[in-house]
Amino acid sequence: MKVRSAIERKLAEGLNPIRLAVVDDSHRHAGHAGANPEGESHFTIEIVSEAFAGKSRVERHRMVNALLAEELAGRVHAMALRTLAPGE
Amino acid sequence: MTNPVFERIQQDISENPVVLYMKGTPMFPQCGFSAAVVQVLSDLGVKFKGIDVLVDPSLRDGVKQFTNWPTIPQLYVKGEFVGGCDIVREMAANGELQALLKDKGVA
Repeated sequence: MKVRSAIERKLAEGLNPIRLAVVDDSHRHAGHAGANPEGESHFTIEIVSEAFAGKSRVERHRMVNALLAEELAGRVHAMALRTLAPGE
Repeated sequence: MTNPVFERIQQDISENPVVLYMKGTPMFPQCGFSAAVVQVLSDLGVKFKGIDVLVDPSLRDGVKQFTNWPTIPQLYVKGEFVGGCDIVREMAANGELQALLKDKGVA
């Protein structure tokens, strides 16, 4: 829960999202390379935020990656990201 | 910024129209996300050069810095970064990837 709540907090602060879902699906990757035995290594994240309006997909992902740089450098091995602007 | 790996990456992506930096090879992907992108490209009948970052740690780190993107796989078309697994899948699902490839004279 520690990593997930850090991710939620950073995204909520950084993007002021209308909708934010952070799902820990580490169990689906258990045992494979990159999976941390203690879990919290794989996440699926969906964010709807005004901040993404007019930005390309790559730009949106880079915004998220920058906010979560610390997590990506550490425990988190992979994130599946869905980044949407309102109305998309 | 003088990372010798950058030169190699620059050369790869200029010499090959479609390049996928991945874990494993197109025949034997070593990661589900890399495998997913290989599948998308194969379904579209796109010829691409798969570059296995697992054989070279300096490339694995170098390509992340080069692209300013923290994860593998990474897809390049005509020297331009397109995205990672999620982006490629989304773009293929709504036809954007096909349009991009056509636009760039690849497919």
